[in-house]
Amino acid sequence: MGKILLEMKDITKTFPGVKALDNVNLQVEEGEIHALVGENGAGKSTLMNVLSGIYPYGTYEGDIIYNGEVCQFQKITDSEKRGIVIIHQELALVPQMSIGENMFLGNERGSKNAINWDETYSEADKYLKMVGLSESSRVLVKDIGTGKQQLVEIAKALAKNAKLLILDEPTSSLNETDSRALLDLMLEFKKKGMTMIIITHKLNEVVYVADKITVVRDGSTVETMDCHSITINEDRIIKGMVGREITDRFPKRSNVEIGDVNMEVKDWTVYHPVYAERKVVDNVNMNVKKGEVVGIYGLMGAGRTELAMSIFGRSYGADISGSLYINGEEVVLKNPREAINAKLAYVTEDRKGNGLVLSNPIRVNTSLANMAGVSNKGIIDMDKEYQVAVEYKDKLRTKTPSVEQNVGNLSGGNQQKVLLAKWMFTDPEILILDEPTRGIDVGAKYEIYCIINDLVKAGKSVVMISSELPEVIGMSDRIYIMNEGRFVGEMKASDATQENIMACILQAGRGE
Amino acid sequence: MAKFLETLKKHAMLIVLVLVYIFFTVKTNGLMFSPLNFNALITQNAYVFILATGMLMCMLTGGNIDLSCGSFVCFLGSVGGIMMVVKGLGTGTSIFLMLVVGIIYGCVLGFLVAYVNIPPWIATLAGYLAFRGWGTALLSENSDTGSIGPFPKSFLQIFSGKLFETKINELNYVCLITGIVASVIVVAVNFMTRANKVKKGYEADSIISVVIKSVLSAAVIMLFAYKLAMAGGIPTVLVWVVAIVLIYSFITSKTTLGRYFYTIGGNKEATRLSGVDTKKIMFFAYLNMAILTVITSYIVVARFQAANSTAGTNYEMDAIAACVVGGVSAYGGSGSVFGMVIGATLIGVINLGMQLTGVDADWQKIVKGAVLLGAVVFDIMAAKKNANK
Repeated sequence: MGKILLEMKDITKTFPGVKALDNVNLQVEEGEIHALVGENGAGKSTLMNVLSGIYPYGTYEGDIIYNGEVCQFQKITDSEKRGIVIIHQELALVPQMSIGENMFLGNERGSKNAINWDETYSEADKYLKMVGLSESSRVLVKDIGTGKQQLVEIAKALAKNAKLLILDEPTSSLNETDSRALLDLMLEFKKKGMTMIIITHKLNEVVYVADKITVVRDGSTVETMDCHSITINEDRIIKGMVGREITDRFPKRSNVEIGDVNMEVKDWTVYHPVYAERKVVDNVNMNVKKGEVVGIYGLMGAGRTELAMSIFGRSYGADISGSLYINGEEVVLKNPREAINAKLAYVTEDRKGNGLVLSNPIRVNTSLANMAGVSNKGIIDMDKEYQVAVEYKDKLRTKTPSVEQNVGNLSGGNQQKVLLAKWMFTDPEILILDEPTRGIDVGAKYEIYCIINDLVKAGKSVVMISSELPEVIGMSDRIYIMNEGRFVGEMKASDATQENIMACILQAGRGE
Repeated sequence: MAKFLETLKKHAMLIVLVLVYIFFTVKTNGLMFSPLNFNALITQNAYVFILATGMLMCMLTGGNIDLSCGSFVCFLGSVGGIMMVVKGLGTGTSIFLMLVVGIIYGCVLGFLVAYVNIPPWIATLAGYLAFRGWGTALLSENSDTGSIGPFPKSFLQIFSGKLFETKINELNYVCLITGIVASVIVVAVNFMTRANKVKKGYEADSIISVVIKSVLSAAVIMLFAYKLAMAGGIPTVLVWVVAIVLIYSFITSKTTLGRYFYTIGGNKEATRLSGVDTKKIMFFAYLNMAILTVITSYIVVARFQAANSTAGTNYEMDAIAACVVGGVSAYGGSGSVFGMVIGATLIGVINLGMQLTGVDADWQKIVKGAVLLGAVVFDIMAAKKNANK
């Protein structure tokens, strides 16, 4: 039993009308990696905001005891001074500035009135080395990949002299390789005596790095598991999170007949819209049949989204060549409208960025891609629009008091349902779902899987793009594996294992 | 009680408008409340309503503005003056040709903004500078005084003056009857909308609030009708303003086209991927702005009965201010024609009130600036409070 570095005692935080945290207790030992898991909205981020002083002392009840002292943080800099540094889920870097400038943003090196650039950059380089980055700190942040940007965030935290590092969903935008590298880095820091709290949805990561796991459910801590005294596996954690055992994470599909080829793509090649010589999608051939779920697995940056968007009415890329067949007939889709008319739907990866109009109600979002369905000669039939929104809300079991609720107020899982509703209302035959379960909790994921099953049962074709291996294997009938713009493998889901899919990618990488 | 406060907050600008109006009425010993000043409120500010309607459509698409409309009013005025006064072209032909000029400019501007991706404030800044210069140059080439006039009577009749004019302080029956008809229509629409909602089982306002709303709106309409009837009749520009406001109110709330303006402002990429031609909508926003600017130029020229180089100065700012004060989001995606009308009226009342109380021009600008800032701060604070709930 090591020394307790941090203890949060009976923390209660109420927002008007909602008790976000209810008597939460958390103990973190010095030098351990403590995982905080729980469904979306369980209160993990709120707890960390209390700890870091974003919610100042006095706005919550309970005590924070850090290093044996009761702390009363008024603002973030108070907690940072004590060595508590939080790295938020969304990267907070200025893309047009250099790595070094970013690392010391608000914490500039030099005298009071002038920045000492030599010191800045040499210090920055030192910390970059610690996180295993070989880039010069003078490189602009926009010129490095997301994985490296996450490492810069960590280096930035180290530069603040962090003793307790809190990582909120650090791998949510990283691919498998980068995620693994990040987790290994955490293990290395642990050896050096750093204490860390990690918040994540990815349970395999928890199992990989955590010493202790605290489960948060509905604003209170349910249990803390010691990974060294009991055997931990993902099912055990899920049981704690949802309060029941999910025997099957992927609902079974039975009696779905796979029919004829519905969509076929031949020799599809796409170039980057800005860097004209860069091939983003390279000679891809694929097809999807009626009633079939086809998975496209690939790491981030493999060109999956680019492939999907270029098929969907050439909404991405330049110099697109190749042919597209729907129901055996060749079609040329010049814009999203033509794609929708050809019964194609593309459910975007980035719900907030290019999927939903957050400031508008569910009703408006549901009808957006098919206004013709709720209007007559350009005049909207408000009653019909309302009925459609309610119909899909009930069908997909979206949790909301009313369809007049703004989408921005919904949780991630419910937003995803609204997005699906929008595309289902266009009555598509082929749906391309791009990372349909990213950032949503276990319960909502299961519901999304059920919706996918219902779609193929109704004879639709589904192309599911995902970077989560268990999901691709669990949900697909057939899997394409994509790497660096090319398809490097195709296998039946029944033959697929995590190992042989990864092997496919590794082999392709070596072939270069 | 909470619901009452909610209603108050929702109509905050309306309440501010009433308070400001009462303030100026007291300050001017009732002069503000006289029939002539009711008339002045409408004729002097008609341009704000029309330009702000166009500006609203631009702002909805993402806080985009048009800085060139004021200068374009001046330019169009001189073009019209040359055609009608100098060259002696027919009124109908001239009106048509001015519209063509406006449409050409709207197409060029729309193309630059929507298809070449030039930020609107830069594209329109060019117009702001160029049209003021071009308009002035045309005037000084064609006239020694730098102003062209008077315009033909047939033109003035369409865009200024009064319908069925009678003497001042003599009750104008046409005006009064129009007011009664309008009141009846508004009240009937209010009750029918509610009955329809109740029938279909939707959430509807309580009967009391519908009654209050109906009584208040009928009272305002009748007050205007009576005052205008005493001031000689319905100003022609009021017909233009009401028609435009009603048409755009319908477009923004009931049509798919109007819906797209809101969703583009809310999330352009999501709207594009939903199969909407977002470029076409952006193009249309600026073409529409130019067309409404043409109509503004007709009524401005007709009011002054001459084209001169200072016409339209700062009109773009008044239009933007009316929108912002009326609750149109400076980031796009939200705002309504009704809100804009309240904002434009408030700006108009402040303008007129300060003129009547003899506040000097510099202070008028300071007060308008403060009101604008206050409205935005209020909006953001209210939004924050809602978000914290």
